[in-house]
Amino acid sequence: MSEAPRTFRFVSSDRRVREDRRFVVGKGRFAADIAVPGLRHVALVTCPYPAARIVGIDKTAALAMPGVHYVLDGRELAAATLPLAAGLDTPHVPRRPLAVDIARYAGEWVVAVVADTRALAEDAAERVKISYERLPFVLDAEDALKSDAPLVHAGHGSNVLLDRTFVWGEVERDFAESPRHLSLRVKWGRSSTVPIETFAVAASWDPWREMLDVWASIQMPKYPDQTATALKLPASSVRVHYDVDVGGSYGVKRGIKHTVLVGYLTKRLGFPVRLIEDRLENMRGGDAHGPERLFDVDVAFDDTGVIRSMRMRALDNVGAYAGRSPFQLGKPVGAIVGPYRIRSVQYRAIAVTSNKTVQEAVRAFGQSPTNYAIERIIEEVANSLGLDRLEARRRNLIRKEEFPYLIPSGSTYDSGDYHTVIDKVLAHADYGALVAERDRLRAGGMLAGIGLATCLEPSGGNSSFEPLLNPKNTTTTWMDSCRISVDATGAITATMHTASAGQGHETLVGTVVGETLELDPERIRVVRPDSLSALPSNSPVGSRMAVMLGGAAFHAARKLREKLVAIASHDLGVPLERAHYREGGVFDRDAPERRLGWMDLVTVAHRNFHKLPPDMEPGLSVSHVMQVPTGGALPTADGRVQMYPCFSFEFHLILMAIDPELGKPEIRRYVVGHDCGTVINPKIVHGMTMGGIAHGIGAALYEEFAYDDEGQLLAQSFMDYLLPSSHEVPPVEIVHHVTPSPHTVFGQKGSGESGYLGAPAAIASAINDALKPLGISVNTLPIKVSLLGDMIAAAREKIGEPQGVE
Amino acid sequence: MKAAPFEYSRPADIDEACALLGGDEGARIIAGGQTLVPMMAMRLSRPTRLIDVSRISALSYIREEDGHLAIGAATRQCVVENDPIVATRMPLLAAVMPWIGHAATRARGTVGGSLANADPAAELALVAVTLDATLTYREAGRNGDIPASEFFIGPTITALPMAACLMEVRFPIWRDGHIGVGFHEVSARRSDFAFVSAAAQVTVDEDGICRRIAIGVGAVTDVPIRLERVEQELSGNRPDAARLRPAIEGALADVDVTADLHASAPYRRRVAATLALRAITDALASAKQRGPDAC
Amino acid sequence: MRVELTVNGAIHGVDVEPRTTLLDALRDNLGLTGAHAGCEHGVCGACTVLCDGAAVRSCLMFAVQADGIAITTIEGVTPGPGELSILQDAFCETHGMQCGYCTPAMILAAHALLTNNPAPSRGDIVDAISGNICRCTGYAQIVDAIALAAERIRGVNRPPEAGA
Ligand SMILES: Cc1cc2nc3c(=O)[nH]c(=O)nc-3n(C[C@@H](O)[C@H](O)[C@H](O)COP(=O)(O)OP(=O)(O)OC[C@H]3O[C@@H](n4cnc5c(N)ncnc54)[C@H](O)[C@@H]3O)c2cc1C
Ligand code: FES
Ligand code: FES
Repeated sequence: MSEAPRTFRFVSSDRRVREDRRFVVGKGRFAADIAVPGLRHVALVTCPYPAARIVGIDKTAALAMPGVHYVLDGRELAAATLPLAAGLDTPHVPRRPLAVDIARYAGEWVVAVVADTRALAEDAAERVKISYERLPFVLDAEDALKSDAPLVHAGHGSNVLLDRTFVWGEVERDFAESPRHLSLRVKWGRSSTVPIETFAVAASWDPWREMLDVWASIQMPKYPDQTATALKLPASSVRVHYDVDVGGSYGVKRGIKHTVLVGYLTKRLGFPVRLIEDRLENMRGGDAHGPERLFDVDVAFDDTGVIRSMRMRALDNVGAYAGRSPFQLGKPVGAIVGPYRIRSVQYRAIAVTSNKTVQEAVRAFGQSPTNYAIERIIEEVANSLGLDRLEARRRNLIRKEEFPYLIPSGSTYDSGDYHTVIDKVLAHADYGALVAERDRLRAGGMLAGIGLATCLEPSGGNSSFEPLLNPKNTTTTWMDSCRISVDATGAITATMHTASAGQGHETLVGTVVGETLELDPERIRVVRPDSLSALPSNSPVGSRMAVMLGGAAFHAARKLREKLVAIASHDLGVPLERAHYREGGVFDRDAPERRLGWMDLVTVAHRNFHKLPPDMEPGLSVSHVMQVPTGGALPTADGRVQMYPCFSFEFHLILMAIDPELGKPEIRRYVVGHDCGTVINPKIVHGMTMGGIAHGIGAALYEEFAYDDEGQLLAQSFMDYLLPSSHEVPPVEIVHHVTPSPHTVFGQKGSGESGYLGAPAAIASAINDALKPLGISVNTLPIKVSLLGDMIAAAREKIGEPQGVE
Repeated sequence: MKAAPFEYSRPADIDEACALLGGDEGARIIAGGQTLVPMMAMRLSRPTRLIDVSRISALSYIREEDGHLAIGAATRQCVVENDPIVATRMPLLAAVMPWIGHAATRARGTVGGSLANADPAAELALVAVTLDATLTYREAGRNGDIPASEFFIGPTITALPMAACLMEVRFPIWRDGHIGVGFHEVSARRSDFAFVSAAAQVTVDEDGICRRIAIGVGAVTDVPIRLERVEQELSGNRPDAARLRPAIEGALADVDVTADLHASAPYRRRVAATLALRAITDALASAKQRGPDAC
Repeated sequence: MRVELTVNGAIHGVDVEPRTTLLDALRDNLGLTGAHAGCEHGVCGACTVLCDGAAVRSCLMFAVQADGIAITTIEGVTPGPGELSILQDAFCETHGMQCGYCTPAMILAAHALLTNNPAPSRGDIVDAISGNICRCTGYAQIVDAIALAAERIRGVNRPPEAGA
């Protein structure tokens, strides 16, 4: 695939993002903006207890209210639909939109009320009387593993959904032969992506055409198929409209349960039905929560700090049902050693159910917690040897000349130059001065620390974690597609086949098609046909669109060029090799004045069949369905597999100061070095990096779906779940480096996740550096002010440092 | 998240508001709505009638009278924030205003709404307690006064009679010597309700002797409190940094401190001492800078 | 209840329940869907509109409270079909958004800021948008957009002989 041009006209140039024009005037078309005539509204009645048997549901009072149309319970819905698809082979952990007989977390949806307005539906929801019998519950992942733990799903026989141990390489030997060992336990708290738009879906059933039209704020692979399957409809009866703008997702906008619910209701009731989660429904029972993970990491290393082997146990609390979330323990297999040359790894991945809200996919699909764990342990290795933390990393990093680099778990990293990225960042930041600044702060009585973190962003999204963790799943295909049509007037329309949540995919397609056709991208219209007119797509997950949609658009445009060249070669009567494409026209290389322009070629294709080369299809429509580069193989018996094709790299360097009296951390400087190969649109990559960092700051310092001992979610509004505001996100200096990927057409790699992958680790690193003089460290995220303040106070008391010094 | 149904009235004056309030047990006053509406949206509050006082012009003013600064209950927080009289006469009030939520909440939120809501972390409640403000209400055609020290009873509980409308809050203006103020708060995000806050106002004379001091701490317990023992210790004396912290800690020792999702009780107690100390230190420093003509 | 709303310079009579928020009335009764619901409890700022020029949260006002107030929505600051204001254009120039959900509210908050403070510092800008949560961008390109717009607006106002 090295046929791509080396220098670009439009790729990598700082062009505007075409989607932005509609958003700045308030003309985005979000799911809640879509006015379907006759729409009725859903509100939900949720279970107040972490575990309860539903003893009785009295709908009478609700149904008696004028304007209330229906009250749906779980039994009725279950009788008419199939359980939602689960990732693992766990048939006895069925998940349904509404609880059937037993509710398994506080906030689980039990009953849906349909009324003329949402307000009325909420009034009626209050009048549905549900009697419960409370059941024992379990909240903590380690408690859930105990033999006497209450079972979240009795039919499953245990709370363990997944417990797999992989051994890649000579772990026993490497541990035995290494002079030094170290163990660390770290915890990643339950947080998530929490888009500002909650999930919204409107569905309308047309019984005469047997068609379910769906408008939803989704980011979900195979959404139409899964919806149709659960509703027992042929997928050709489900038409998902992809021209809906999604108000942020970063993984969580899955929405299958919502869609099955409203799909059933519109079929049952004969009018369109909409569910817009309110923030309470969203945070308690929507697709809202992310990984909550406990890591036990052991490493074996030598006296110089070179790590030879790692054992990692990751215990994830996935909440009450399975869904896709256990796969988030699988994706990190693709970069299980991070950017380091660790030659053998034992990885034990355990997913347990608990009586908490279900976990969904979150930005980087489980990699961010794992990266945090890896980065914490490498710092402890450095500390144990009295080695500089940067030097410890340098000694372990894969070197430029070692690419392509095969890691023990079976992925080959495509390309990279990690040392150079780090050097560039250090030079940009003036590392010596930064260290001096930290020391100056310390001398002034502050706690201050420098944070370092590397991270790898696997991109291009294949689904190898599916067959890896579920042997019944044999999926190795993971497509994306583009169709380009040139109409008889010469106008160009390209397609994409999924919704987007702000990643600028229309700009991506326009840029790539423009680049390849050598035409102004502004001339390329980009549209999103509905799911019944669509080519395959697997949605913007796994940092895959630059690679996959960009790739599909490139190949489709190449096919179009080839077709134009073939027409011209035929009409000019010159051999193919002499017909040369430039900027929409084709000329004879040996006689450049002999040329057919864009409209000439379009006219031949559309109107002059007599001039077409024999056997050529008329018209100018081409499409390309692209398979993930390097994907396509099932895992080996010992669980090695190529997970994702491309690997971006980032290095985060920060300075933090903590007021020792208040424990309040403050980011004083943030520099990040970024290498995602060839950048297609700098504005987009810049924004993704910044947004990811802000999200990482949230996960590190502010955000947590905390529960009390009674199983009640404490953070269920924006007053208690704290998203960083403009005050909390510091200016970030971005240093770019480009190591093209050999697997992609322009050398591009993914870029949507790396800010989020590195920021939590970097912040933890800075805080631990700041705490070092006190002899303490913190190994739990988020690091909240009060917790940090109490730790610091205890440590200062222990070492007899006076408090209250100003 | 839609409010339960209610009736809406917009009385022309205070007496009509009071009459409506007296006539309906489930009625509630709405002023800026910045606290009440979220509570209603979550259906944690379900008034049968809202009585909108936000446009009663007689409740919206800032004026200096009889050695006091009087602020009408329905005065928007943004007006106080930008008011020149407040800036010169009531610098402590001016200092806390930017800490109340965001510009957009201050554009609607009122002084009286914040006081009547009595959030333990509300900056305005802290200033009212610290500066011995007096709150005036109207009920059934009569006015009544309540000193701030008696007004706040617990989280969102006040001494305001059920059918009363808060009319005014009056802050005494200090005129004795060089005035200085200090204010600090800690919250997770900059604009959140504080976990702990502290406000201090002092006057010092030409010799650096502390003539008068008021020090209040918010968010650590059910209502804002004064550190009276510290005030007694300091007034009439030259401040001694070494003795100050133990005195503050002593004053906080018996306080029944709140613990919640965001901050532990030990944190609040410890940081209250720190912030009180900082507020006093800042107040003393700014008093020395300002000079007497400032008030 | 009948209420007359003055929105973007035009008066609209709407029938609403007292409990209908201004946000819902704008969206559902007037079809002005540029104001978005993010939390409906006053924290995210996605519902921001201008009331007599000040940025306020339309989820924390009932429509019945809004008569007589000059309400401006994002639709009202857009100069015309296909045209962008300087501020809107600046947001496009710096890509001050991703998903666009918070964007109309951000632009209105910025609008209120620049009306009162034509030469804001970065700190002023950060403060002015601190009540508007954006989950996508990390704010940097939003702050850049507002700074750029301020500069351009000042440029436009400068007399030509000043050499700008
Ligand atoms: C995102 C956000 C952040 C915030 N941050 C802070 C903060 O940091 N600090 C802070 O202090 N506040 C904060 N607030 C709340 C503040 O904005 C409110 O303005 C204030 O608490 C209530 O004032 P209001 O005028 O809006 O009152 P309303 O919400 O209208 O009313 C509040 C209560 O007071 C009663 N009431 C109002 N006026 C009267 C009267 N005249 N007589 C009798 N009773 C009356 C009402 O019946 C109601 O019970 C925040 C709010 C939001 C939405
Ligand atoms: S929707 Fe109004 S502030 Fe969030
Ligand atoms: S652009 Fe998506 S929330 Fe701001």
